[in-house]
Amino acid sequence: MGLDVARIKKDFPLLQQQIDGHRLVYLDSAASSQKPQAVLDAMDEAYTTYFANVHRSVYKIAAESTERYEDARRKIATFINSPSPSNVVFSKNVTEAINLVAYSWGRANLHKGDVVVLTEMEHHANIVPWLMLEEERGIELRWLGLTDDYQLDLTDLDEKLDGAKLLSFTALSNVLGTITPIRELADAAHAAGALCLVDAAQYVPHIPTDVQALGCDFLGFTGHKMCGPTGIGVLWAREEILDAMPPFLGGGEMILDVRLDGWTPKEVPWKFEAGTPPIVEVIGLGAAVDYLTAVGMDNVRQHEIELTGYALHTLQKRFGDDITIHGPAGPGARGGVLSIAFRDVHPHDISQILDTEAVCVRAAHHCAKPLMRRLGVGATARASLYLYNDEADIDALADGLDHTATFFG
Amino acid sequence: MPGLEDLYREIILDHYRNPRNRGELPVPPAHRVEGFNPLCGDEVVIYLDVDGDKVTDLRIDGQGCSISQSSASMMSAAVKGKTVEEVRALTRAFKAMMSIHESALDGGDGELVEVDPDIKLGDLEALRGVVKFPVRIKCATLSWNTLAQGLDEAEVS
Repeated sequence: MGLDVARIKKDFPLLQQQIDGHRLVYLDSAASSQKPQAVLDAMDEAYTTYFANVHRSVYKIAAESTERYEDARRKIATFINSPSPSNVVFSKNVTEAINLVAYSWGRANLHKGDVVVLTEMEHHANIVPWLMLEEERGIELRWLGLTDDYQLDLTDLDEKLDGAKLLSFTALSNVLGTITPIRELADAAHAAGALCLVDAAQYVPHIPTDVQALGCDFLGFTGHKMCGPTGIGVLWAREEILDAMPPFLGGGEMILDVRLDGWTPKEVPWKFEAGTPPIVEVIGLGAAVDYLTAVGMDNVRQHEIELTGYALHTLQKRFGDDITIHGPAGPGARGGVLSIAFRDVHPHDISQILDTEAVCVRAAHHCAKPLMRRLGVGATARASLYLYNDEADIDALADGLDHTATFFG
Repeated sequence: MPGLEDLYREIILDHYRNPRNRGELPVPPAHRVEGFNPLCGDEVVIYLDVDGDKVTDLRIDGQGCSISQSSASMMSAAVKGKTVEEVRALTRAFKAMMSIHESALDGGDGELVEVDPDIKLGDLEALRGVVKFPVRIKCATLSWNTLAQGLDEAEVS
């Protein structure tokens, strides 16, 4: 394999642990990733040497804090090939990024009867804000379905997009691993006169991302799934759209002038960043981007393709018809997300047995209940891979499934 | 660390593999009530026939893990034919076995509810080991909370 995973594992202190005598096998990075020492050090350095509030004061450490904060924004912009750092709006996570679009752009542009197109593959974060607008405004929601080979059903795409104002969809399904045809969908949306929002929570951490090549109008991602801290995410959007959008939250930091009879917001991106921002988390995300850039996102992607291929092959060889992995068959066309149904053992019970061997997988509906209903299951056991996973981790998962089979007979 | 045998007692696995009172009842006269565990997506559907003050019949439907399904199965066997008052007392006793932990998880003070010391939990005692696995307590209490909701609705109607 291209990546020296043994070396990368050493960068992540949490992964050095033993739990109940077992090596910790972390296979839940789709929920949240672990953090390399470099990120922890950057955040520690900020708090211990130059921490102060940003954009407010002239003293040295305040200037340093502001500089490091805005430098992180520049790094993140470069990481996704944004034309400018001004397109990078900090939010709490993707959920907040999508809500920002729904509240600000949505309330300014969507009225009764206006159409938003979503897909059955979405995370609740890209469903509920729109259901709220449906209730509040009477907008119409249309849904792209799923094919039996776990792809978006695009046969009636033009029909669904007819008259639509927005197409909002996941770039990489957190349940199936399916990678959607982002550029094709963005082009179709624009041809229909709609804007295009991409939920890239599972995409940006794993696949080299070029927002200009993807051709979307909005793209959201979150720091904690890409080796960064919790509490910091990004809404990327085209600048003219951000310029035209009204602010989301009002308060300090986002404001240029306040009078007793009115107010003037700052320019983008600060217009959308009310209150003291998560300064050190932004700096931590900047360090995470440095870390991933040094490893190389092409290498990360290639490693995950190879490891996903190994996982699919190993699990199918060892368990045959006893195992179903809900998602596309080819590792090159999917992410490292393995949603497992194993014999008739409930995912909750699978993950309980795996936990006794310190193998961490998520057993749940993965915040995608409409998709689970479409698949006809209540839950799955999901193993998800990242740059620090290796073949031994997959073997530990397979051994744990063996024990699960023995335990439940 | 508690072992798996504390959680997956033989009687629990037996109820999971051979669930009692599985199925549906015609609605009406039966009351139908659903419960969800938002954590894991488990769901339980209970069909309740209440005649006067007595739970004359009930059926369990839905899907879930071994703990939620076996708890529902054991519950169905334990409450069938009992008076509503007896069922409520048994529910209090079962939840007391679980609730000090469940209420603490929810940020409550974990105080025990008043329980009749004469109540015998019988097979349900097998679920006591679940309290050593706090994440799974909600699996065990799902059917009981749903039953309580069903009894409330049946009494109102």
